Amino acid sequence: MTTYAIIVNQVIKRFGREKDNHWIKGVFRKWTSANGKNGNKPVEEENTGPVLALDTVSFQVKEGEIFGVLGPNGSGKSTLIRLMSTLLLPDEGQILVMGLDPVHRQIEVQQLINRVSVEASFFKKLSPMENLIYGARLYGMGGKEIRQRVVQILTRLGLEKRNIFNPMEEMSRGMQQKVAIARALLSRPKILLLDEPTTGLDPVSKREVQAVVMELKEQDGTTILLTTHDMNEAEVLCDRVAILHKGKLIALDTPEALKDLVPRMNGHKPSLEDVFIHLTGDKLKEEQKEDIESAQAMVRAITNADKLVEKESQPALEQ
Amino acid sequence: MSTTIQNIQATYAFVERNANLVKRYWAWELVWMVYSIANSLSVSFIGLGMEALSGEQANVDGRFLVLYLVIGTLVWRYLTTVFYWITEVISIERWEGTIEYTLMAPVRRVVHMAGQTVFAVVYSLFFTGVILVVTVFVFDLDMSQANLWGGLVMLIAGSFSFIGISIMVSVLPLLFPERGAQMTHIVIAVLLLVSGVYYPIEVLPKALQVFGVVSPATYVLDGVRLTLLEGTPTNQLWPQIWPVLVMGTVLIPLGLWVFNLAERYAKRTGKLARNG
Repeated sequence: MTTYAIIVNQVIKRFGREKDNHWIKGVFRKWTSANGKNGNKPVEEENTGPVLALDTVSFQVKEGEIFGVLGPNGSGKSTLIRLMSTLLLPDEGQILVMGLDPVHRQIEVQQLINRVSVEASFFKKLSPMENLIYGARLYGMGGKEIRQRVVQILTRLGLEKRNIFNPMEEMSRGMQQKVAIARALLSRPKILLLDEPTTGLDPVSKREVQAVVMELKEQDGTTILLTTHDMNEAEVLCDRVAILHKGKLIALDTPEALKDLVPRMNGHKPSLEDVFIHLTGDKLKEEQKEDIESAQAMVRAITNADKLVEKESQPALEQ
Repeated sequence: MSTTIQNIQATYAFVERNANLVKRYWAWELVWMVYSIANSLSVSFIGLGMEALSGEQANVDGRFLVLYLVIGTLVWRYLTTVFYWITEVISIERWEGTIEYTLMAPVRRVVHMAGQTVFAVVYSLFFTGVILVVTVFVFDLDMSQANLWGGLVMLIAGSFSFIGISIMVSVLPLLFPERGAQMTHIVIAVLLLVSGVYYPIEVLPKALQVFGVVSPATYVLDGVRLTLLEGTPTNQLWPQIWPVLVMGTVLIPLGLWVFNLAERYAKRTGKLARNG
């Protein structure tokens, strides 16, 4: 029987206030619009409503699998991870982490999970040892064995011993990210939430991190939810991949099955990147169109300005 | 592992982390210490200045005024140091970018605040102690009649009510990521005005005196002045101690309740995110 580590059921999350419909504000908006004080933008066009970060998202993550979440920037990936980490509350729907609801059984869920985010967030003046001991104590660990375990994990991740006692601010981003992974591993989580953990890392560091992720799955049976922009990473690491677009789940399957969704190109089987672009392409095309239009507008403005300067300087030259 | 041991570990985590931060930011701590000593001396010299300005016929006791002001500056420095360490519970984490990691750890907020508070009290006692030693040396103050133990008891008792206020005020940086930390100053400014730090509250207009009565700092200052200026025995400090203990008993649970409400609001609206 399949057991699920994470169940996401019809989750909706909005940010921002509801549109304020107080009659005084309505009259003021109409007045400013009529007098051109609002850029002559019609009242109906004002976009003051909430942003829908997650729109009725549902999926399950099996125990012990690496589950990838792909999506363009702003698609809701980090919101999803924050909801599972007890850092956000859903507006509608429910998440279960090992059968526990993070909203009502916060501490129990927190004991089961840990997270690595895109930015390695630490007390910058403190050393990796000081930061990790702080993190370990928050998870109830103490005693001399912590220090040994910190050194053991950091050296396993390829950090030199001399760096363990220097301030974090003196370390490269790649090294800081390794310390962030070490911090997450220290508490031996049942579920590890990795929010773009390899973004900005050099290829060697990236492979080292990926190797650790695989090791965690194979040796410890840790369930891993990974968000990434790196399609190769998702293809290599993930058992299944979900694609989020504008807060909606638009595809979910194994990387191989997802590739079958897209027709072959020149006889070749499409890559996961082709699938991603095919499924989220509309948005990318829209963005590209907007970029081209704004570039054209800028060129027109520069040309007009040049003509104006030329015209103004003409009488002066004639004099 | 038992929950009690886990809670002790977590409490110690905040104490140790803050001690490490103080150690690593030692240059800043030194600057702050010099600033605080200079500040205390400047205010205390007003006592001698008053004597000199009033002339001999006015019969102003400069030494008494100096001690009166010294006590005001020391007690105020202690209480504000406790206040700022606790209200910065969120600001520090925002500044360092660690807020999400700390708030997703399996630590109850009461344990979190306990750790921050233990460190705040120990740090503030040490910090104020150093200023006291320097001040006594500079003004050659005679403390032989003072009940130092009684003064310490009064300070500790008064801490509880200040801790409650501080926990409550610490929600401002949580709710207003951009300006919340600056908003906490308003509370300190009002308490300074109404609590009789540098003057008896009787000189205030009647309306402001009412606020002085509900300010815990008023009782702490009264109690410490009694012990240090008049050598009042500790067992006679009850009229000053019970109001601050009652205030602490009400304000600490109230502060935690308010903080939990604010945290829930921040989690609902997404205000915990590192960049505000």
